[in-house]
Amino acid sequence: METASVPSGLTLLEFLRERLYLTGTKEGCGIGECGACTVLLDGKPVTACLVLAVEADGCSVETVEGEATDGQLSVLQRAFVETGAVQCGFCTPGMIMSARGLLRRNSNPSDDEIVEAMAGNLCRCTGYEAILAAVRVASRPPAEMLTGEATRDGRRLLPPGYSGKDGRR
Amino acid sequence: MTRELRVVGASVPRDDAIDKVTGAARYTTDLALPGMLHAAVLTSPHASARIVGVDLEAARAVPGVRAVLAGSDLDVRLGLYLRDKRILARDVVRYQGEPVAAVAADTLDAAREACRRIRVEYEELPAVLDPRDAMAAGAPLVHPDLAGYDHMRGVFFPKPGTNIAHHQKIRKGDAPASLAAADVRIEASFYNPPVQHVPMETHASIAQALPEGRVEIWTSSQSPYTVRHLLSVCLGLPHAAIRVHVPYVGGGFGGKAGLGLEPLATVLSRAAGGRPVLVSATREEEFNTMPSRQGLHSTIKIGATRDGRIAALEATYVWDAGAYADYGVNVGRAAAYSGAGPYAIDHCSIDSYVVYTNKVYGTAYRGFGHLEVLWGIERAMDQMAHKLGLDPAEFRRRNLLKEGDTTITGELFTAGHGKPVECLDAVAKAIGWGQRSDAPSAPHKVRGKGIAMLHKAPAMPTYTSCAAVIKLDEDGAADVLVSGVDYGQGTYTVLRQVAAEELGLPIGKVHLTWECDTALTPYDWQTVASRFSYMGGNAVIQAAADCLRQMRAVAAQALGVASETIVCEDEKAFPAAEPGRAIAYKDLALGYTFANGNAIGGPIIGHGRFIATGLTHLDPETGQGRPAQFWTYGAHAVEIEVDTETGEIEILHIATAVDAGKVLNPLSCTGQVIGGVVQGLGSTLLEGFQFDGKGRLLNPSFVDYKIPTAKDLPRRMTPIFLENPQPGGPYGARGVAEHPMISVPSAIGNALADALGIDYTVLPLSPERVLLGIQKREKTP
Repeated sequence: METASVPSGLTLLEFLRERLYLTGTKEGCGIGECGACTVLLDGKPVTACLVLAVEADGCSVETVEGEATDGQLSVLQRAFVETGAVQCGFCTPGMIMSARGLLRRNSNPSDDEIVEAMAGNLCRCTGYEAILAAVRVASRPPAEMLTGEATRDGRRLLPPGYSGKDGRR
Repeated sequence: MTRELRVVGASVPRDDAIDKVTGAARYTTDLALPGMLHAAVLTSPHASARIVGVDLEAARAVPGVRAVLAGSDLDVRLGLYLRDKRILARDVVRYQGEPVAAVAADTLDAAREACRRIRVEYEELPAVLDPRDAMAAGAPLVHPDLAGYDHMRGVFFPKPGTNIAHHQKIRKGDAPASLAAADVRIEASFYNPPVQHVPMETHASIAQALPEGRVEIWTSSQSPYTVRHLLSVCLGLPHAAIRVHVPYVGGGFGGKAGLGLEPLATVLSRAAGGRPVLVSATREEEFNTMPSRQGLHSTIKIGATRDGRIAALEATYVWDAGAYADYGVNVGRAAAYSGAGPYAIDHCSIDSYVVYTNKVYGTAYRGFGHLEVLWGIERAMDQMAHKLGLDPAEFRRRNLLKEGDTTITGELFTAGHGKPVECLDAVAKAIGWGQRSDAPSAPHKVRGKGIAMLHKAPAMPTYTSCAAVIKLDEDGAADVLVSGVDYGQGTYTVLRQVAAEELGLPIGKVHLTWECDTALTPYDWQTVASRFSYMGGNAVIQAAADCLRQMRAVAAQALGVASETIVCEDEKAFPAAEPGRAIAYKDLALGYTFANGNAIGGPIIGHGRFIATGLTHLDPETGQGRPAQFWTYGAHAVEIEVDTETGEIEILHIATAVDAGKVLNPLSCTGQVIGGVVQGLGSTLLEGFQFDGKGRLLNPSFVDYKIPTAKDLPRRMTPIFLENPQPGGPYGARGVAEHPMISVPSAIGNALADALGIDYTVLPLSPERVLLGIQKREKTP
């Protein structure tokens, strides 16, 4: 726990990136339209470019840097890697945080609920399909994914054909 | 004999994704150098004006300001193919949004405050906004000095005294006579507005000026070596005086090819006494200051025989280059030699004009002009099919290029080109072409189906080359060094697969450095044109072969056998007949040591290279020649449902087939198709610049310029890959990165015509435009 005193005009995004050097959170537009800077404020997704640092006084702030534990990717992160949900990666931290926010309030979301939760995050590379699949897989992970480690060796933990689809919309 | 592949062809997940899902991946704006300054730019409020005076004094007085520059301080001309641009506007401004002055300061706030205090006096000049007006006699000249600009001679043909930056001609056979004699003729005009690339990471560059005029740059770019080369030419520096690093890049799509903000960052750092300077475009500047995709006005005439053979095609393409030529001239060239679609046409005449206007300038964008020309061509093909009373798929089938045909530039079409007709058939089957659609979901909705072909070859200089280096580590793992940039496509993972395949290593023991550095990583022209897996893949194959040759020589000497007998497999080198006498790669990687301590060999470092082969300049009068290293063909078929009350289009199913030659990584290739199709949907349904009457961009933000979101997806997308091998491609592969975006608008436009019986010719097919078309038809008796 650290305390900081900040100018009243400093955004939470600037505070995270420039004061705490948590550069995982990205700026894509600066006006709250693209979702690249999504973080969780008291567990709820917000765009950090539209929140003043002082508004976060006394709140819990979660960023993408907190998603892995002891150097091991979370199931959500593994799902992003394995479904091909990551291309250039610039939207990825915001996507992960929006997905984390969803899964925290609804551990078993329907496809429509996933789309609704992710629609505020823009991505220009992937066409979203793999991102939606990653969130679905993370909400219904196969056993292999719960125990495996990050797959730099090219193995996929995700069983062939597994998409997490259970027919619900 | 085909060998069995271990790693190539597998869905290997990207290793960079691990850094990206954890936030560890560092992009340019994540870097901070000691003493780094932040820059802000003052841009022109006018589309065309003379700069009467610039007063920088008040800006210099702002606390924390370290450098203030205006165009009058900088006598440098920039350009790729035509040197027509300044770092900061000098004497005149040519588009609203053009940088006029810039400030570097301790903080971004100080730099912005200083920009606000700069006083610029302008005298407005007549602006020319429509490229067709700009071609008319007496139009205001965007570049009165065009005659004096350096340009790539023999390839581009600017017309001094006009606004024409390039005129590309294609002449094959006698198109006018054949058109006049044709049984059936159609003529139609089409329009594509300028659009933005919208990479999620905007342009950003850091430069640090060093002694002797040297400079070190970190930049979000597709083109480390091209940045170095162009800066070297423009600043008059030896190449080695410029060092360009490219860290992770947050998307490019062509917009980060060539030069971006690197020159401005360089001159600001020089003016600030060598303090490093970060210049990062705001999202508004990304729309309004950085280049876009050119607009296009097309006029297409097709003549056909009554039995459905294309007799002749004439096309005029007028490109809205905006204020500077940049890549636009090459888009106008490349899209002309592809400008009749993938069809066998004996009589063809194309005039492609790249025309200056007073608008934000155009550059390369995924598809490089092909989405634009094929919007017209593939809509016109449908119109011709209907006029002939033929099924549009059948009409195309009769005319698609096949073995023995020649392209419109005289290139013989061979089996190695792939099979366009198989792409057509595959997508037709996937969406149930020819079968009746299910009933629409409501009485005021109608359904329709459309089909469209696509093709593209890399547009690149005839001598384009690249290299790869592979170093072996102490533990026998391999490090691959290249200078093509993976800004999202997944090429680095593919190159790791190639190296693993060739070296006999597990994929986990092949690494690829995620920072290009012109001082350390070997040459690559630049990462554009869907040629990185093809050219880089070939270079990596060679580099791996070089490593194996070196290892075999050392192993042979160590074992006292001939090197030809040595086999390299499973991280070991051994005589083919004596697998028991294997030496592990790790014992060869730095040199082999005998039991008595003697050593031989040395670090294994392999080198591979590739250069385009057999390409020619196009004849200036006829366009005949060989422009393409390879062609990739494909097709989309789509079923849509249109709401006749709102004009909204829902994509029920879109099937996309690409003849990839060989799919090197299905996961990545699928990602390219899905991503490309959805980006194509943006161009189809949502995107387009809107300007007011004075040339001011009205929608430079995500509030007014929408790109597809997760809510805008088709109900179903079906990627299909064909694998008719490409001779000379790595494992038979062709490029597939740009292609899925091309012809998405055409297929949907054709489906819309099928659903409504209305021929839309202008993009985007927004609800407003669709609805206005429906209302207009209802009013017309």
